Amino acid sequence: MKPASASPIDPRLIVDAPGLSGAWAGFRRRVAQGELGSLPVVVGLAVIWAIFYSANPRFLSPVNLTNLLLQIAAMGTISAGLVLILLLGEIDLSAGVVSGLSAAVMAVLNVKLAWPAIPSLAAGVACGAAIGAFHGLWITRLKVPSFVVTLAGLLAWQGALLYVLGDTGTINLVDDVILAIAGTFWPPAIAWALAGAAAFALSGGAVIGRRRRAAAGLPVPPWRADVASIAVRALLLAGVATVFTLDRGLPVAVVLFVGIVLALETLLRRTRFGRHVFAVGGGAEAARRAGIAVDRVRVLVYALAAALAAAGGILAASRLLAVNQSSGSGDVLLSAIAAAVIGGTSLFGGRGSAWSAVLGALVIGSISNGMDLLALSSSVKFMVTGAVLLVAASIDAVSRRGRAAAGRI
Amino acid sequence: MTASGPVVVAPRLELRAISKRFGAVQALTAVDFEVAAGEVVALVGDNGAGKSTLVKIISGILPIDEGEVFFDGKPVKLTGAESASSLGIATVYQDLALCDNLDVVGNLFLGRELRVAGPGRLLGWLAETEMEREASLLLDRLSVSIPSVRTQVASLSGGQRQSIAVARSMMGSPKIVLLDEPTAALGVAQTRQVLALIRRLREQGLGVVVISHNLADVFSVADRIVVMRLGRRVATFAASAASEVDVVAAITGARAAEDAGRAGEGPREASREAAL
Repeated sequence: MKPASASPIDPRLIVDAPGLSGAWAGFRRRVAQGELGSLPVVVGLAVIWAIFYSANPRFLSPVNLTNLLLQIAAMGTISAGLVLILLLGEIDLSAGVVSGLSAAVMAVLNVKLAWPAIPSLAAGVACGAAIGAFHGLWITRLKVPSFVVTLAGLLAWQGALLYVLGDTGTINLVDDVILAIAGTFWPPAIAWALAGAAAFALSGGAVIGRRRRAAAGLPVPPWRADVASIAVRALLLAGVATVFTLDRGLPVAVVLFVGIVLALETLLRRTRFGRHVFAVGGGAEAARRAGIAVDRVRVLVYALAAALAAAGGILAASRLLAVNQSSGSGDVLLSAIAAAVIGGTSLFGGRGSAWSAVLGALVIGSISNGMDLLALSSSVKFMVTGAVLLVAASIDAVSRRGRAAAGRI
Repeated sequence: MTASGPVVVAPRLELRAISKRFGAVQALTAVDFEVAAGEVVALVGDNGAGKSTLVKIISGILPIDEGEVFFDGKPVKLTGAESASSLGIATVYQDLALCDNLDVVGNLFLGRELRVAGPGRLLGWLAETEMEREASLLLDRLSVSIPSVRTQVASLSGGQRQSIAVARSMMGSPKIVLLDEPTAALGVAQTRQVLALIRRLREQGLGVVVISHNLADVFSVADRIVVMRLGRRVATFAASAASEVDVVAAITGARAAEDAGRAGEGPREASREAAL
């Protein structure tokens, strides 16, 4: 059977020579053309870890690494929602406050009105989703810029947070289920089981995908590439599982965070809705003409992002054991936006990945955690984080220029 | 029937006496237009002649003030872009309307993505393999040459992008394709590529309407040439029988009323030309 390849290979198409040297040349060419992917942030993370490790070896101890992951879970979840918003080329300034308000709603229902844990949690997340949908409807129906609508939200929902919390201003969480979210460590065996299952799923997915492509007569990529990428990820999983084994075990909050990011990435890459999100971010007019309900996609994205913010707020509350007037304020929003950008999601829309929330949150969390270990003041912490964000955003802008020069937007 | 070109079969799409006003401007005045299956009609005219207005009316974007539309001989209403595309009228706009950040497959199936069968369908799970295969088959059928269907559209050449845009209009199996300036801003080889693609659309039995300023392209690809001027259809030529000078004369209005001696249109043309 004749393979249904797109066309005879274009003679102008650059094909890398086989072997290691060819792979290296191709890699250098892609970097020069601005296809950096997550390379800068991985390199940056390695540098940051090396610096803190040399300053204080305790930085890379299993205890501290587990703490680091626990510290970033809440902010990273908020950041995952912001990735969605940034993919549209828009912004949500209310994510931090919405996370606080949703946690407060959950706390009031659970503590003051004595609702059971699960309905309270669901109501908190639903509260976030409703607020996001409201923002989205306002932005799409009245054509008010997202910056303004969510800035108004930042102010108004802050007020709502104070109102909901009432005179005391603080609600302490006592429910076992809610506190267990951030306080539970599963035994290491579960960590290894999950890592094994993930590696198995990756390999199985690759084999099935290759078979399906071959059956459809499509070109199948060289198996070495698949094997290499699965091996790298399996090693990473084993490393993380080792860290948890050497410390208290597998933190449930981290499982939730990574699970949310994994689900979001699947939604973005594998489903029609995700495809439409990228299309709207890459060319709203083209998407509209293709019959995509652009406004509906926008409203759904705002609702989903705010629901993720709410989930992040609940994680933070569970870790803090309370909700108070400063929940979700301060640097929560800015860190979450910074994490998404540092992780490699473009501010210009249409480019990015849910994993950038993890990578960016790791960078910001590592800086914060490392500075705390070195007993540096928060003045230094903010300045360093600001500098890293500036560098990351500049890499995005410069590589965008490189892509434009190489004809890739 | 005199010089009305090779329209011998009933037209697939026919517009009769279409008029369109924008405020004080009479953009179209009693324009007739028709395109048959397997025919390439070029729509030419100077700026402001009403070409784009006519195309927007056919593609359903602009409502019609007066006039009738027939599709396969049956009267139809064009009430929006959806009604036009459900009739089988596809439009390729000048600015292509591709998503640069998506690959070729993503763009070809944009808005009509295939989903897997089974429970994944409810989640909108994309059937990537099927889409890639169908995209490859479609591009093969149209002999569109690109490095890979997984290339980002942003990294394709202008001609390839135009070809992808045209190929995308074929996804809904249309009967009529409207192309707005398909060769504007393209180089020589790329223009040839797109014109060859237009010929292949004709071979597959589609009615093709091409708006163009480039008469060389028009003559190389069109069966009939419809000239618009100041909101009216002033002349129709069989491309094989007409000369470029005649067409230019009709476009600029330099040509006298005798050019308009086509069936059914003579008196109106004559009176308008005389009034100038």
